[in-house]
Amino acid sequence: MELTWESLAFLIFSAMTLGGGFAVVTQRNLFHAALFLMLSLFGTAGLFVLLVAPFLAAVQVLVYIGAIAILILFAIMLTRRIMGLETTLNSQWPVALITMVILFVSLLLVLTPLGDNVSGERLNATFTEIDKESEVSDVSFTTVAAIGEAFSTRNGFVLPFEIVSLLLTAALIGAIVVAREDEA
Amino acid sequence: MVPLWMFLMVSAGLFSLGVFGVLSRRNAIAILMSVELMLNAANINLVAFWRYLNPDNIAGQVFAAFVFAVAAGEAAVGLALILAIYRNRQTVIVEDVNLMKW
Repeated sequence: MELTWESLAFLIFSAMTLGGGFAVVTQRNLFHAALFLMLSLFGTAGLFVLLVAPFLAAVQVLVYIGAIAILILFAIMLTRRIMGLETTLNSQWPVALITMVILFVSLLLVLTPLGDNVSGERLNATFTEIDKESEVSDVSFTTVAAIGEAFSTRNGFVLPFEIVSLLLTAALIGAIVVAREDEA
Repeated sequence: MVPLWMFLMVSAGLFSLGVFGVLSRRNAIAILMSVELMLNAANINLVAFWRYLNPDNIAGQVFAAFVFAVAAGEAAVGLALILAIYRNRQTVIVEDVNLMKW
């Protein structure tokens, strides 16, 4: 099987994403689980780069890894006494496993007609063979400017952008109020 | 070019792992981390469909950016709630927080 650099990068990043995700849901030590969450998020950033979305990849690293994952680490350390649990999973985990398998299979059945036909032959086809079949139009690397314009022009997404800003402000104020120590 | 269905497989797998985590973990922070995994899977799908089906319309990436903002707000509020519960009841195990359970 002939591998191009791009498909090799895809395999590495998807392995990071899925392996990190698996460790997040199975790791007993919550601190390690949060570190694996960072690995998974970084793999996702790599996938964004492969999809020619450099702005989203940068935001993924800055916001997800730099802010959300660190926030989760802080919360884990603030609730440290609970970290050493005898059992990580609750009693309904077999049902959860069955649900997960059913969901994955049904997602497979729904998504495969959308993204080319995955018949047996195509699964065995090499990356380069598929290359020739699925030509995708090139996209310029100036998408950052296009996103900026979309966020700030009247025909674009000014109103949704402002609403999301308001939502974020309200969420952060609400978080401060909820987490604050009650004086008196 | 990696075919579209491979990205869809990765995101479907990531979403399923997140569902399993939400349903089976006992620690509230672990559940929150699983939710983050599911949001990430949705984002991979959004960007992949934008890239393969309609790369001229920037809306796919813009929507993914909105998902980032909502995820940040969700994480902040969720962790604040968990800290408040921990301060009041000295636990982050979701089974022990059963005040409103019938």
